[in-house]
Amino acid sequence: MNSQNLEAAQSGGRTFTLHFFDGSSRDVPVVDVEEPYPDGRLIVSRTDPDGIITHVNQSFVDMSGYSEAELLGTPHHILRHPDMPPAAFKGLWDAIKAGNRWQGYVKNLRKDGRFYWVYATVIPNLRRGKLIGYTSVRRKPSRLRIEECEALYPTLF
Amino acid sequence: MKHKPFQFTVSPDFAPTSLAGWHIFNTWLQRSLDTRIHLDIYQDFASQRQAIRNDAIDLIFANPYDASMLVREKGFHCLARPGGCSDEVVIAVRGDHPASTVEELEAGMRLASTDDPDVHMMGMIMLEPANINADNIERRTCSSYVLVAKELLSVQSEVGLFLAEAFYGLSKITRRQLRPLVQSQIQVVHHALMIGPRMQHLTETLLQRLQEMPQTSRGQGVLDSLGYKSWEAVEEEDVEFMIDLMDTLVG
Ligand SMILES: Cc1cc2nc3c(=O)[nH]c(=O)nc-3n(C[C@H](O)[C@H](O)[C@H](O)COP(=O)(O)O)c2cc1C
Repeated sequence: MNSQNLEAAQSGGRTFTLHFFDGSSRDVPVVDVEEPYPDGRLIVSRTDPDGIITHVNQSFVDMSGYSEAELLGTPHHILRHPDMPPAAFKGLWDAIKAGNRWQGYVKNLRKDGRFYWVYATVIPNLRRGKLIGYTSVRRKPSRLRIEECEALYPTLF
Repeated sequence: MKHKPFQFTVSPDFAPTSLAGWHIFNTWLQRSLDTRIHLDIYQDFASQRQAIRNDAIDLIFANPYDASMLVREKGFHCLARPGGCSDEVVIAVRGDHPASTVEELEAGMRLASTDDPDVHMMGMIMLEPANINADNIERRTCSSYVLVAKELLSVQSEVGLFLAEAFYGLSKITRRQLRPLVQSQIQVVHHALMIGPRMQHLTETLLQRLQEMPQTSRGQGVLDSLGYKSWEAVEEEDVEFMIDLMDTLVG
């Protein structure tokens, strides 16, 4: 157990092994404490066509708890929270690979194991008709919508 | 042979406050490029968009909301943005309003804003945490930010959406009676000078002249009358990124 996971365990959190779509897996600390979404910010990232992060803004860095260097070049599932149903991400990838936008509420996992809710919009980035990657812009969701997702998502596993 | 003058226009949200400045800028443009350019300012965004659709514009200081159509449909290139200026939004109420955060605002209220499309859109996004949307407010559209402030002071409207620059430009007496609930920190959304297909051959010269402005007293004088420090070149990918970002927010 690394020091961070140990900390999560000591603070009453759990550790969780996430299995990703690409076959890899990772042990992550999970602490059931919410980090509030900051007012007036947009959390922005861009990826290449495979979902590898190529750009993050400062709000992304601040909320994720990772440094920019840790994020760039990493698959976007670095923020994957175990409470998120896989169907949500399948829907996301089906939509954007078909050239459409995807919008949804996402519970994200911070490096320290805490979580934050976002309302995300993901779109394909086309340059002269060619796909160069995807952009995701997140905004602050209302408490009501978060509560709806907290009730719905456990039923989608 | 004399050509028909090129057509220059300025986003209607920015024109009224510095109309004289833009005319001075246009005189400077014509001298710098040794060509005739006509400055035509539209009353509102709808008529300006119609002119863009009809290919009646060659050069435009554009609202970010219109950047997508200009670049992706009309073949415009983004030249430059005013140094250090981005479009941020302030949501404000009258000083004695009970709410201290956006979340405490309630549906059904009257909301004042201008027809500035990017400010209105970003403002509405910042109201989403309170479950407020276009369907559950009564929108009152004002022709200037001073009038948005008046709406709040006279309690005609509860909440006002401001371009941050305009909010902080209100008179001290007015501002003291208002209270910002939130200010955006988006940073990458900004107005920009964009050049159309018929003027494309002047792109490099114009960009160079714009960047040299602070180095000549004449150029500096023109910048002063616009209220800008400088013009910064915008890379093609930066404007594409801004358009992608706006795309995620629209609709
Ligand atoms: C532009 C973009 C942004 C994404 N943002 C997130 C995110 O914030 N959180 C997240 O868990 N997954 C995000 N994903 C989805 C991940 O790529 C991944 O599908 C997800 O984390 C689930 O992991 P898995 O597909 O390996 O099972 C994003 C994907 C793209 C293309």
